Amino acid sequence: MSIIKEQIPMKEQLPQERKKNFYEVPLGYTKEEAILEATRCLQCPTHPCIDGCPVHIDIPGFIKAIKEDNLSLSIEIMHDTNLLPAITGRVCPQEEQCQVVCVMGKVGDPVAIGKLERYIADWELENRSRGNINIPKKKESKNKKIAIVGSGPAGLTCAVNLIKMGYEVTIFEGFHELGGVLTYGIPEFRLPKKIVKEEIEFLNKLGVKFNLDFPIGRSETISDLFKDGYSAVFIGTGAGAPQFMHIPGENLGGIYSANEYLTRVNLMKAYKFPDYDTPIKVGKRVAVIGGGNVAMDSARTALRLGAEHVFLIYRRSRTEMPAREEEIIHAEEEGIEFMLLTNPIRYIGNENGLVKQVECIKMKLGEEDASGRRRPIPIESSEFLIDIEQAIVAIGTTPNPIISKTTQDLKTGRHGEILVDENGQTSVKGAFAGGDIVTGAATVITAMGAGGLAASSINRYLSGELK
Amino acid sequence: MFKITKKQKLGPEMVLMEINAPQVTKHVQPGQFIILRVNEKGERIPLTVADFDSEKRRVTIVFQKVGKTTYLLGSIPEGGSILDVTGPLGTPSEISKFGTVVCVGGGVGVAPIYPIVKKLKSEGNEVISIIGYRSKNYVFWEEKIKNVSDKLLIATNDGTYGEKGFVTDILIKLLESNIKIDRVITIGPAIMMKAVSDITKLKKIKTIASLNALMVCGMGMCGTCRLTIGGETKLSCSDGPEFDAHLVDFNELMERLNVYKEEEKYAFEKWKTEAKI
Repeated sequence: MSIIKEQIPMKEQLPQERKKNFYEVPLGYTKEEAILEATRCLQCPTHPCIDGCPVHIDIPGFIKAIKEDNLSLSIEIMHDTNLLPAITGRVCPQEEQCQVVCVMGKVGDPVAIGKLERYIADWELENRSRGNINIPKKKESKNKKIAIVGSGPAGLTCAVNLIKMGYEVTIFEGFHELGGVLTYGIPEFRLPKKIVKEEIEFLNKLGVKFNLDFPIGRSETISDLFKDGYSAVFIGTGAGAPQFMHIPGENLGGIYSANEYLTRVNLMKAYKFPDYDTPIKVGKRVAVIGGGNVAMDSARTALRLGAEHVFLIYRRSRTEMPAREEEIIHAEEEGIEFMLLTNPIRYIGNENGLVKQVECIKMKLGEEDASGRRRPIPIESSEFLIDIEQAIVAIGTTPNPIISKTTQDLKTGRHGEILVDENGQTSVKGAFAGGDIVTGAATVITAMGAGGLAASSINRYLSGELK
Repeated sequence: MFKITKKQKLGPEMVLMEINAPQVTKHVQPGQFIILRVNEKGERIPLTVADFDSEKRRVTIVFQKVGKTTYLLGSIPEGGSILDVTGPLGTPSEISKFGTVVCVGGGVGVAPIYPIVKKLKSEGNEVISIIGYRSKNYVFWEEKIKNVSDKLLIATNDGTYGEKGFVTDILIKLLESNIKIDRVITIGPAIMMKAVSDITKLKKIKTIASLNALMVCGMGMCGTCRLTIGGETKLSCSDGPEFDAHLVDFNELMERLNVYKEEEKYAFEKWKTEAKI
């Protein structure tokens, strides 16, 4: 049989349609498409893809089972290392992890591992909705309680791994809904909230307990949790405070941090205002500042809310953009207007304190900086004005300080990130941490990897292996 | 769900609610706030804690019905429930023995000043409370504040009760009397706090204002409540809500409070028509 060099494409909503709705963009593989794509996997003995995956999924294994149309085996293999594949199949940057090292990539396109992962996960969700729930086996109860602080990808992964080991697990979440960034941050069109809810419901079925509206550091402190009888605590509170550029006019009305904009839309459903009570400004001309995934999410959200022109202002060139290539392409296809090598220098407001213009300056690329990217330098006298009604600042976040401020002896780094050792252990005995609160803003799968590592470290700690 | 254990009308559109909220009362201190959400479609609104009973695990809020959310909240009967209550949020008031402290509360802001006055008093301060209302029928908690203050002064805008005028008129007179004042703490409408701050700035008296910025998360992650304090951007929910009033850009605060005025009005009118109110 000859090798198919190109990936089997996944059908997508057309750009002209999808930019007016919040439904998911890629539509998923059919069975035939999935089997065909699965046959492209060479089942090579070196399996570099497994090493490329932060949670070491047996990728050739689950793909082989798809090829043989043995989907229950496939999902079983998947669940061994990853209990949230419907989420990771959608939001992982596979092109820089498992797929970049795929041997098939040397002769053609790498195998579409992420798309196959989504296929098998969606099959499982379908199956569950018909009542066929395959609950992974739990080990004998260890009669020990673990507290998980934050219900984002790190916390959920840590929770699910620990409950499988036989621990009693309770998740504490400050918001009124679970999921962390999966719920408030990533938009519906990239990760439907129904999927997040179903994956969390799965954890609930496994016996994980949830405490909503319960911000640790305020309602109770980390030391309270130990006093309450928890043997270990995992802190996965994510990247907290939004960063701003600190340029004039940045606090004008209509200027949002990406966190605020996306929280209003995704968590509070402001796109359904006034049926839902949380408002959001909707204008015809919106500027988004930044070049990462969050900037793409914000720009595409603005478009769906009804903007006619969305300007994505980024100070470097397209090559340096930190966003996933797939997201950049989706944004371009939908008509987001990229203003590259451009940087805002001030905002100008109207008489009501609402933003009406942003002044920008043109940039050029100079020498490489510490990050290995070419440093952007302003071009003198190249300032120009853009009329806008809203701006969304998506230039990153810094760790939320609430827990570190209220936890004695918890060591933090220069940016306020919680310091951990190679096992995810913090300076406080029995307290572990992982995800964005440790690394600064990173990806969902990195956070999941950290949650998984912390779970095994907690197990080792409680069995006396780890001091 | 959080049960409303007591509901009381305090004046026109002014409502008191005592809510069973054990996770709030364990650590709550004066100056902190809660965020609540009335129902599944509701917005998150911050309300500063007006009183609390740690033993009974109840927290008291006082709010004025001004828009859709506060009307919806006010329509829940005693014994009914609120969907979500989160807290305690924000940094507690800084309270120690300062000497003589003047607490200035206006309108709905009289309620959250109560626990601050009470704690200041218990720390051994001489506390002079100045409270102001629109008119006589709006007056609430006069006795309650009086009981924990060394002196209580009261003003109504129309002169139907206490002195005629604003809290600031009383404050000016007090400052003219040349007693030594070590600190002023103010809670009320932004315009009132700005006026208080302008007066005390001239006299160089340290003044703390509890800011009522718009919020969504209340936990320092969204930036909705950001304000310029002494030239720096601060988050009202986690760095505040109390700040040195002399460093606050009150004009910016007032502009930011009005950002959604049109949307709020639209939602309120639509709801009133549909609910036939």
